[in-house]
Amino acid sequence: MTTFSNQSLMRNKYYNWIIKNLFSSWVNSLMTVVAIIFIYEVGTFFLNWAFFAADFRTNFQGELITDRSFCSKNIMPGEYGACWAIIYARWDQFMYGFYPIEEVWRVNFVYALLPLAIIGILFDKLPFRKYFIYFTFIYPFLAYFMLYGGPGLSVVGTNKWGGLLVTLFLGVTGIGLAFPLSIILALGRRSKMPIVKSLCVVFIEFIRGVPLITLLFTANVMLPLFLPDGVNPDNLLRALVAVTLFQSAYMAEAIRGGLQAIPRGQIEAAQSLGLNYWQTTRKIILPQALKIAIPPIVNTCIGLFKDTSLVLIIGLFDLLGIGRAALADMTWTKLYYEVYVFISLVFFIFCFGMSRYSLYLEKKLKTDNS
Amino acid sequence: MEQVIQLEKVNKWYDDFHVLKDIDLSVQRGQKIVVCGPSGSGKSTMIRCINRLEAHQKGHIVVHNTELTNDLKNIDMIRKNVGMVFQQFNLFPHLSVIDNISLAPIWVKKMPKKEAEDIAMSYLEKVKIPEQAQKFPGQLSGGQQQRVAIARSLAMNPDIMLFDEPTSALDPEMIKEVLDVMIQLAEEGMTMLVVTHEMGFAKTVADQMIFMDEGKIVEQATPDEFFNNPKSDRTKLFLSQILNH
Repeated sequence: MTTFSNQSLMRNKYYNWIIKNLFSSWVNSLMTVVAIIFIYEVGTFFLNWAFFAADFRTNFQGELITDRSFCSKNIMPGEYGACWAIIYARWDQFMYGFYPIEEVWRVNFVYALLPLAIIGILFDKLPFRKYFIYFTFIYPFLAYFMLYGGPGLSVVGTNKWGGLLVTLFLGVTGIGLAFPLSIILALGRRSKMPIVKSLCVVFIEFIRGVPLITLLFTANVMLPLFLPDGVNPDNLLRALVAVTLFQSAYMAEAIRGGLQAIPRGQIEAAQSLGLNYWQTTRKIILPQALKIAIPPIVNTCIGLFKDTSLVLIIGLFDLLGIGRAALADMTWTKLYYEVYVFISLVFFIFCFGMSRYSLYLEKKLKTDNS
Repeated sequence: MEQVIQLEKVNKWYDDFHVLKDIDLSVQRGQKIVVCGPSGSGKSTMIRCINRLEAHQKGHIVVHNTELTNDLKNIDMIRKNVGMVFQQFNLFPHLSVIDNISLAPIWVKKMPKKEAEDIAMSYLEKVKIPEQAQKFPGQLSGGQQQRVAIARSLAMNPDIMLFDEPTSALDPEMIKEVLDVMIQLAEEGMTMLVVTHEMGFAKTVADQMIFMDEGKIVEQATPDEFFNNPKSDRTKLFLSQILNH
């Protein structure tokens, strides 16, 4: 008896919610109906295209797809959806670029350790966090050694790197290097020392006033001019310099916003206790300012991660570059949708992850203390 | 008596605005001085000059035989010995109460963490809120926050304490708990310079009263004389307003 009344109560609750939120007026009802039809149409079309009517490794006749002419949609036009075989065929390139196939385990090794290297920074209540943080500092050197090679490992030049490897290398390293640089820039911009201050202002405003593409071209063409003869940094390093400078200017502005939100009384209290500038900055100002600046910082990180795909214009093959190379291949050409949807999905996974982490952090810091 | 603070013809301007005009003041060890006056009279600015949160432009300020100049080493040394309590408490919101108090001993005095926390606890007991040690400032009432701020200042073991309107931001029922701590501190012989409008407190603890108006010290006298027989008309007017409201 009680279960029944509970159930009817529950049903009543959902019913009320639906009436109240979806059909409260005729405009609302109309919008609800249109939206449902739209979602249904687009959703079924996409699911059908991407899964139910799609080829994965074989076509509708069960043949292994080795070039585009085997795709079901090319045999029976209009009846079949995506032909994902291109992703399978080019999988190694998407993940590793032109990295020698017998050395690919090194890249996998670096990929596998990446979560371990960042988990310590992301979660402050992690058990044994101290050791994870140690690893965070070792990781870049380990990763560089594994990827590039050195004693005991054959050298794989960065011109062989590509795909997700280049995207992650530029994104993660760019953000990692830009973060400390941006803190220094943001502090410098608020410095009382006129030379330091104007240097930082000029740097930030110059970099922010120039498109990333221009910076990439500049780094690619002009960096060698500033360096002594014989020192010829490779393309990837040039792109990394441009990306890092670009990101640091934007991040510095985000952090400056946080710094400005700290009441003057905080600095005065720290000073009156005898803390010097660096102690005040490190213990009082930055922890509060960075917390406030989390959403805009993550925003710039997401922006940068996507902007790394611009490096294809200076001849580097990031994820997007590899995709375009695959499409240029006569055996696979014209499978645009498959390639771009796949690339979008990969970018989306990383950016959505960053976005969710930022929300989690905001929530956590809000409840942690007032 | 040993002189611990001396101000000599101190002048300060904010751009064109002349905030402090020829301020002379001498404070002996153990003295308690209460500064009052209308808002904008320069009383906060004066005590903020004593630990160099504000810089004066003319005249001399000597604390513990050290003159305050742009020399950062002197400023740091003086700040270690001069504690300050603010109207808005200015606790560090991202640190727990005990971390707020032990921060300066650990970083400025290079004290081991354990020792600094023991000291922090002993001062929390002194201000009667040891049970709040693990909370964050935002979880405390205004009166509790101000007592933590006093404990934080005392943990550096200063021999002079500056109070800048310590009860002005508090609800009336919390004023007493803060004043009680300050009275106890006065009884223990701390040298205190207090900007406040709490005349009851002034009568209880002050050795000297100072009345400021328009950047000048208008009147300086013992509390007895100040309240019963003020010399200047400006002081009389101020007292009649503040005591009869």
